[in-house]
Amino acid sequence: MTILEHTPVAARDNLAALESEAIHIFREVAGEFDRPVILFSGGKDSTLLLHLAIKAFWPAPVPFPLLHVDTGHNFDEVIAFRDHVVEKYGLRLLVAGVQDWIDDGRLTERPDGTRNPLQTQPLLDTITEHRFDAVFGGGRRDEERARAKERIFSLRNAFGQWDPRRQRPELWNLYNGRHRPGEHVRVFPLSNWTEADVWNYIARERIELPPIYYAHKRSVYRRDGMWLTEGPWGGPRADEDVTELTVRYRTVGDGSCTGAVESTASTVDEVIAEVQASRLTERGATRADDRLSEAAMEDRKREGYF
Amino acid sequence: MSSLLRLATAGSVDDGKSTLVGRLLYDTKSVLADQLEAVQRASVDRGLSTPDLSLLVDGLRSEREQGITIDVAYRYFATPRRSFVLADTPGHVQYTRNTVTGASTAQLAVLLVDARSGVVEQTRRHAAVLALLGVPRLVLAVNKIDLLDYDEGAFAAIAKEFAAHAESLGYSPSSVEAIPVSALHGDNVATRSARTPWYSGPTLLEHLEDVPVAPDPHGDPFRLPVQYVIRPRTPEHPDYRGYAGQVATGTVRPGDEIVVLPQGLRSTVRRVDTADGPLDEAGSGSSVTVLLADDLDISRGDLIASADRPPRLAGELTAAVCWLSSSPLRPGAKVLVKVGTRTVQAIVEDIVSRFDEQTLSTVDLPESLELNEIGSVRVRLSEAVPVDDYATSPRTGAFLMIEPRDGDTLAAGLVGDRFSMIGAGAP
Repeated sequence: MTILEHTPVAARDNLAALESEAIHIFREVAGEFDRPVILFSGGKDSTLLLHLAIKAFWPAPVPFPLLHVDTGHNFDEVIAFRDHVVEKYGLRLLVAGVQDWIDDGRLTERPDGTRNPLQTQPLLDTITEHRFDAVFGGGRRDEERARAKERIFSLRNAFGQWDPRRQRPELWNLYNGRHRPGEHVRVFPLSNWTEADVWNYIARERIELPPIYYAHKRSVYRRDGMWLTEGPWGGPRADEDVTELTVRYRTVGDGSCTGAVESTASTVDEVIAEVQASRLTERGATRADDRLSEAAMEDRKREGYF
Repeated sequence: MSSLLRLATAGSVDDGKSTLVGRLLYDTKSVLADQLEAVQRASVDRGLSTPDLSLLVDGLRSEREQGITIDVAYRYFATPRRSFVLADTPGHVQYTRNTVTGASTAQLAVLLVDARSGVVEQTRRHAAVLALLGVPRLVLAVNKIDLLDYDEGAFAAIAKEFAAHAESLGYSPSSVEAIPVSALHGDNVATRSARTPWYSGPTLLEHLEDVPVAPDPHGDPFRLPVQYVIRPRTPEHPDYRGYAGQVATGTVRPGDEIVVLPQGLRSTVRRVDTADGPLDEAGSGSSVTVLLADDLDISRGDLIASADRPPRLAGELTAAVCWLSSSPLRPGAKVLVKVGTRTVQAIVEDIVSRFDEQTLSTVDLPESLELNEIGSVRVRLSEAVPVDDYATSPRTGAFLMIEPRDGDTLAAGLVGDRFSMIGAGAP
């Protein structure tokens, strides 16, 4: 048998290789699917995703709309940033508001007030309503153990569910986007990126982010070992003291369960230095929803979560 | 800038592979405090006295419950010199399916053996699959060397036996490295062990950092499967027409003579474009947009190739396939073949042979290929497509077989006769 004397992967530079891989994935989806959509929240991973989509199709516009599943508990700065980006690039944004599903009885508020798990139903309903067949997400395999087993093209059944035991083998860079009517494929172009890669690329490309990713003063209170901020999601309770700290957000999700970290990192370079020195993962540091059980993410993914 | 190494791990049950991967992550400080706490909590819950590093890797509920790895998991770690993407492939359940998935993009594979049992059937099978896929380099991690009191003779015997097997598969001695390790105690994983003074080679991590990732030689002929046609038709770019794709092999420069297949149209590269501006040259793995001097009818699925060294157009393929579906392959099966960006209908005319990865011999004209079996097939395509032999150009010699009704991936295909060398080299 002939052993290959060379490798076909452009390995000269880590970020260049990751960028080329992501662009390749965007173009495969554009070529093989009828109705793709990009999940876009205004957070750093989805902003990076959009940046790569713009590069993949330049100088033509991105041939997909954006979808934001809005918990109604988002940070004002992030929503403002989301709308700014949509306008700047002339994109089409669909918003599926969890509040609408609660108002008309399709969903019920959880006792703990957390709305992250409630995003699944509006997401799946919107995918069905618009007949989206490919849904881009910013998920990364380094985020969490269940995500480490996720394919780049991840088939979801007609109920939007992920079955980790029935994943298709993913071979070379030949992605298989075939699916039956009613099924769809979740596509994760950032699968092979780490948090450090994301920040290094944001620095290299000078990608604009919502200001709350950088250090700022904020009134926060302590709950479940995290610094939460005041907001319409409830809190602080009477027994929770509010203090003003200099913080930033490592991840941005639903305000009820996304914690801030104490930080003075006010530039991209300072954030990179902080991420490299951090002894906590970004989800471990800032996401209450992943602490619910050993398999919290796996369970949510099975149900059709991002 | 640090470079990127893609590697895969393979081993049989209980060789301690998850522990080795956990150790690599731990010793490169890729495991953070909250992950380690979670592992410590879970280890205590299971009544273990020391943290079980394999719990870092086994991500799914059923994996942790059964203490086994079911699916390929991807892990990331970095040193100042290199970033690593590690595909951790389970050893026992559907090992071919998982190994092929994990190793198809790997530049190096780490094969694990238990020092007490040495090279076993599974090791030979794994090595044969890795050779079939053309993974350029192998590392044999001889694990649990602590249980043999760090015995040099035992290690040397295993290393020698494996080197001979690898050579019969076509690996040169310089592309195979054997390292005595204890994943449990960390010997020779990231730190040199004082308990193996007789071993002068690199630690596993040193080897992964140092191993040459040969750059794509400029001698390879240019190939670019067209993914998408970029036509903005905006006021700023009314006439822009670019062919978007990832360079599969070779390089492309403005002025290059090219041919578009299967049509056979010839033209010249006018510009190699990216969102960051035009390039003087783009090499393999780069996602670019190619603009040509002539207005041609080109669409997704076509291949742009070097005009003086084009691939062949084949209406029929002889190829090795790794069968990945639970329903067996039988002659006459109607499938879809996806090669590059083109998907065509196809009929499997014959199953020429089945490959026995244990004896490295072939059985002629089997009735079927079952899940996880490897064989050689003759496939008739509904239209001629441009292909290369996998041996000379893996990116344009690899294909998927897809079930037309439900879209499932049935097989990994490699164009050409991949078993021809084996008869001569078999032990």
